[in-house]
Amino acid sequence: MDLHLTQKIAILPVPRPTRLPSLVPLLVLFLAIAGWELFARFAGLPAFILPSPTQVAERFGRALMSGNLLYHTAITLLQILLGLLSGVLAALMLGYAIAKSRLFEQVVSPFLVASQAIPIVAIAPLLVIWFGPGMFSKVLICALIVFFPVLVNTVVGLRAVPRSLYELMRSLRASRWQMLRLLEIPAALPVFLGGLRIGATLSVIGAVVGELVGADRGLGFLINVGRGQYDTALVFVAVITLIVLALGLYGLVILLENRLLAWQKQ
Amino acid sequence: MTRKPASPVVSVQNLSVLFADGSNDASSPGGFHALGPVTFSVCPREFVCVLGPSGSGKSTLLRALAGLVPPTSGEITFSGGERPRIGFVFQQANLMPWRSVLENITLPLEIENQPVHIARQHALELVELVGLQGFEHSLPRDLSGGMAQRVALARALVHDPDILLLDEPFGSLDALTRERMWTELSRIWQVRQKTVIMVTHSISEALFLADRVLVLTARPGRVKMDLKVDLPRPREDEMRYTLHFGRLARRLKEAIE
Ligand SMILES: Nc1ncnc2c1ncn2[C@@H]1O[C@H](COP(=O)(O)OP(=O)(O)O)[C@@H](O)[C@H]1O
Ligand SMILES: [Mg+2]
Repeated sequence: MDLHLTQKIAILPVPRPTRLPSLVPLLVLFLAIAGWELFARFAGLPAFILPSPTQVAERFGRALMSGNLLYHTAITLLQILLGLLSGVLAALMLGYAIAKSRLFEQVVSPFLVASQAIPIVAIAPLLVIWFGPGMFSKVLICALIVFFPVLVNTVVGLRAVPRSLYELMRSLRASRWQMLRLLEIPAALPVFLGGLRIGATLSVIGAVVGELVGADRGLGFLINVGRGQYDTALVFVAVITLIVLALGLYGLVILLENRLLAWQKQ
Repeated sequence: MTRKPASPVVSVQNLSVLFADGSNDASSPGGFHALGPVTFSVCPREFVCVLGPSGSGKSTLLRALAGLVPPTSGEITFSGGERPRIGFVFQQANLMPWRSVLENITLPLEIENQPVHIARQHALELVELVGLQGFEHSLPRDLSGGMAQRVALARALVHDPDILLLDEPFGSLDALTRERMWTELSRIWQVRQKTVIMVTHSISEALFLADRVLVLTARPGRVKMDLKVDLPRPREDEMRYTLHFGRLARRLKEAIE
């Protein structure tokens, strides 16, 4: 087994911004919300089972005004960003070492592949027991989830640097650092960013899982509170905020791609 | 054109290259014997072409000269003693797709840590020399094969290298573009006064450009012929229909076969 098994991750197409068709999903979203509103009103379900969009919006307004929502969102976002950052950094360093040394790859890759059989979500309670209910356990879970796809794409990206460009750099007597800065980083960037796109989305899951298991702050905590108090509208508010966070992070990576990979675009 | 000056820029003594990972080759137990032993030397500002059957080790020879492949035995000595600065043009243009034409040309100067404005200025001079004005900010993917190869040539010259090594640089171009590039290259060579070693598989290309042609034997390549090309310069198209050109071409052809 080696890392190439997961190479599929590397070749997801980059979505291009388009103008007209973007109206279609918006329309669908609008219709879905309208349908939900009608269903919630006329099916006669109590609000703790299915609140209507208006009730959710009203709850959203209250949570926002009280400052609660912003506080918990900020906590979750901070954990996400720290987890993403440390997961990506670890993946970059290990990925570089793996791509550069066959021996190192042979030593670590069985462990890495096997580690993927461990469901991080299932060991999240353990991590919270070991590292406490504070921020650190969330950042750790988040980093662990982000780590693997970014690692794979880093390795695949570095391995795909053309040999002929290495020869060019060597004929010009480039130093190791120049090799990295002028060749390896720009050449591996497209595939790496593909991994980062996946990592960014996973990072939200990582942080929330940690919070659901045990925390006194954050959007995952808010979900638990809402559930405990039959305040289902609050659960919706937290979930929707999480979706917005995930989409925002994803969009940020796309933005980064559009900037850094302009040479690939038409 | 070239007199025999005192000290050669590079001299190659009994150079052999064996590749360790080659297939089990009964004829050479120490590995896969790709080249040599070859011995020759090249004078300053000389234009030497290397001809030989495919697989005879021509690329390996250039790569050894550029320090990309270690000699298994024998020696390569450069006039300065130190490793010289190399300009290498590969068979494919080998440009960085994320860099513009100008940025591709400045690469060797960046590696030498030259200030940005100096690098730009040198690169712009080269853009003019190879006739790519107006394409400075184009990306490699928007260039034709001939234009890309001009960029590669400009990049190989921009840091004023001691030796220019070209490995079948025009092999992937169509016949018309190729012949235009010959004229360009000989003009550039005369302006820049470089020592050039160029691998080719075309006899007319060698005779059109070179002061001297080395013919290698089949693998492992050895020097089979060292032919002085005493055709007058600048070399024109009509020269190819002269009796002397025909005679030289015939000698080369016989040596290759
Ligand atoms: N890095 C390498 N490892 C093993 N064999 C090689 C390597 N490079 C070239 N060879 C072999 O050495 C021989 C000479 O190659 P090359 O120098 O490319 O020939 P030419 O350029 O004259 O066609 C070929 O048979 C080739 O397969
Ligand atoms: Mg070759």
